[in-house]
Amino acid sequence: MNAPLDDLDRRLVVATQGGLPLVARPYHELATTLGISADEVMSRLARMLECGLVRRIGVVPNHYAIGYTANGMSVWDVPDALIDGLGERVGALDFVTHCYHRPRCLPQWPYNLFAMVHGGSRSEVLGKVAQIAALLGPACRAHDILFSTAILKKTGLRIGG
Amino acid sequence: MREALIDATDRALIDRLQDGFPICERPYAAAAHALGISEDDLLARLRRLLEVRVLTRFGPLFQIERMGGSFVLAALAVPECDWQRQVEIVNSFPEVAHNYRRQSERDCPFNMWFVLATETTAGIASAVRRIETACGLPVFVFPKIREYFVDMKLSVRT
Repeated sequence: MNAPLDDLDRRLVVATQGGLPLVARPYHELATTLGISADEVMSRLARMLECGLVRRIGVVPNHYAIGYTANGMSVWDVPDALIDGLGERVGALDFVTHCYHRPRCLPQWPYNLFAMVHGGSRSEVLGKVAQIAALLGPACRAHDILFSTAILKKTGLRIGG
Repeated sequence: MREALIDATDRALIDRLQDGFPICERPYAAAAHALGISEDDLLARLRRLLEVRVLTRFGPLFQIERMGGSFVLAALAVPECDWQRQVEIVNSFPEVAHNYRRQSERDCPFNMWFVLATETTAGIASAVRRIETACGLPVFVFPKIREYFVDMKLSVRT
């Protein structure tokens, strides 16, 4: 599935990574920029969506601006032998937006399970994190929550043109 | 302040367009029709929401891993007295796709968390080295070992 991009796919990524043109016929405008037909632009994008190269076409909201003023990265130290089962269960909680197994970085960082929790207030996030703690039970040896206090950059992918 | 930024139509637009956007000749007209507004109104609203930063992006979201590239989470412990300078240095790297200030509940010193996105896996190591040199601080990397769940969609709550 890790197909490298052909030259035209790559040019399509470069032309759209900053955003889709805000004109009535955006795919036609891209076609003009790339020197190909609009049908080719649309069929390539449809194919990229189908194979997962494009996760989706759509908007990315600023979490703070749409009411999620408390954004906590909860991190947990659980035994490696149990992490996959626990990770699946934590990821299945409806308030967790991302859940990953990541490496520890000892001695500074003993945590191997990461779960992002968003809410309208700090106390709401703390309540949700308490639900994760209850689910993990004694498998959790230590945990922390790192609340985001500022978005410093959020541009997304930028590959060279 | 937040309440003044978006109205009910904007909320519906943000919720609906997190799900997807049509691929057809007049996609804005098609999406606008589903929202019960005109094509021009949708375009004007998208421009405004991007301008006031309620939306950070509108367009295709690429899965760089499927293209042979990498996304990697990384952290720095930045001294408070040097914060602004280090933010500017880190943000100046095009490989830095997102960057957040975070505060630990338990005195963890990692206070700057960013995501590196590069076109090749080797690009990550190179970016890490260049950031370390530019900042004069060690970069701690947390590549994902396994993904259990990802859904970036959040419904509007304001």
